[in-house]
Amino acid sequence: MNKSLFKTFLHETGEISYFTARFFREGFRPRYEFAELFNQCFAIGNKTLGLVGITGFIMGLVITIQSHPSMQAFGAESWLPAVVSVSLVREIVPVITALICAGKIGSSIGAELGSMKVTEQIDAMEVSGTNPFKYLVVTRVFASMLMIPLLVIIADAVGLWGAYIGVNMKTEVSFDLYTNQIFQKLTFGDVIPSIIKSFFFGFAIGIIGCYKGYYTRNGTQGVGRAANSAVVAATFVVFIIDLIAAQIADIIDIT
Amino acid sequence: MSDDNTQIKEDAIVVSHVHKSFGENVVLRDFSLSLKEGENLVVLGKSGSGKSVLIKCIIGLMQPDKGSICVLGDEITTMEQTKLDEMRVRVGFLFQSNALYDSMTVRENLEFPLRRHWAKTSREEVDRLVMEVLEHVGLAEAIDMMPEELSGGMRKRIALARTLILKPKIILYDEPTTGLDPITGKGISQLMLNVQAKYNTSSIIISHDMNCVKMTANRIVMLIDGKCYATGTYDELMKSGDKRIKDFFD
Repeated sequence: MNKSLFKTFLHETGEISYFTARFFREGFRPRYEFAELFNQCFAIGNKTLGLVGITGFIMGLVITIQSHPSMQAFGAESWLPAVVSVSLVREIVPVITALICAGKIGSSIGAELGSMKVTEQIDAMEVSGTNPFKYLVVTRVFASMLMIPLLVIIADAVGLWGAYIGVNMKTEVSFDLYTNQIFQKLTFGDVIPSIIKSFFFGFAIGIIGCYKGYYTRNGTQGVGRAANSAVVAATFVVFIIDLIAAQIADIIDIT
Repeated sequence: MSDDNTQIKEDAIVVSHVHKSFGENVVLRDFSLSLKEGENLVVLGKSGSGKSVLIKCIIGLMQPDKGSICVLGDEITTMEQTKLDEMRVRVGFLFQSNALYDSMTVRENLEFPLRRHWAKTSREEVDRLVMEVLEHVGLAEAIDMMPEELSGGMRKRIALARTLILKPKIILYDEPTTGLDPITGKGISQLMLNVQAKYNTSSIIISHDMNCVKMTANRIVMLIDGKCYATGTYDELMKSGDKRIKDFFD
């Protein structure tokens, strides 16, 4: 890594840390922008629900179809619903949902705030006595923290439904038996950590999108760059958080 | 515009010995000016001479490196955020790019500053204020339009209406006629005069449009090399023998 790249990395890390600290400082102090928070929750949910649902369904279906031959080879075909459900709920659905949201929400926040920045709309908000950080950043970060876990729960349900169809393409399993097999194996120790880590995914996607947009420079070219770098950085951070979450779950023995 | 300053009373804005630089680039050096109540003061200078930086320092969007800025008697360089927000109710800012919120209709754009400051204002009162400023800028019919549906001149009028809705005592205009055709520009300049007459505002106008300057200025400050190079009325400066001043008026 050359010296100037390393310096840029350190500079960016410092700035984003300051931005995050400002989020915590301003996010829990009045005035609270509940109406805008609600708007952002609706926008995020509305924008991504369809995509997340379809992806969850396809993931459930594909993983089941692909796992079936291996399970059959080991004579463990009856374990298929349990194994697929655990891998879907613990890892695949939260990470895939976060990656979709990093692309969809991260870029949208980056581009929206970036364009507001270069057209002086953020300055206009400030001179009209509104704190733009509270109105634009705090609401978007909280909205993605609230909505991404919710989207993960929905994608889990749709993914398990896809898996049920996948199981029935190869063998015949009743819905009751399928759910029994799932809930015998699936515990709160599988579900809760995946929800908790999706809060952190939401936080990372929101804060990175807002940071990139809020500090956009160089006009319209900068807006494109902000949207693009928001997606790249958020995707990378999602994997880092996933790695840390796996290590923590391992250390405290939630396996 | 006449030079009759009989209504001019106290200083609305006093900028004293302000210094502002961006790295090696010194934009303002020991710059001072004062704006009297009821006065239209034009700051004239070349592009990149620091005119916009000056008014952004006055409204608190930028901090000067040195010097003091008093707005309506309050020092703003050391003012805490809550006080600054309160002060901004009394100071309007018209952006060069208009800065209308893309995602909101004209009505929502105008309501936005109101709900911040007058949270307890009734729906009827908000509607009345919105219609009043829209009628004043001659665009009552645009109330439910989106900013993208408006022409450049209409956007400027709506931006001015948004500035007026809080009934400010001072308005800062950042190149109000830039990018507009001469006729529309003249209309905006006339509107600025009407606003001053109706709302009794004081204004700092950043411009290089000499038609706008001639129409609106009570007094002109020439910002050259980061300093207040000359000051006077339009006629006084036009008669100046200084080449750097004459260049603007030729």
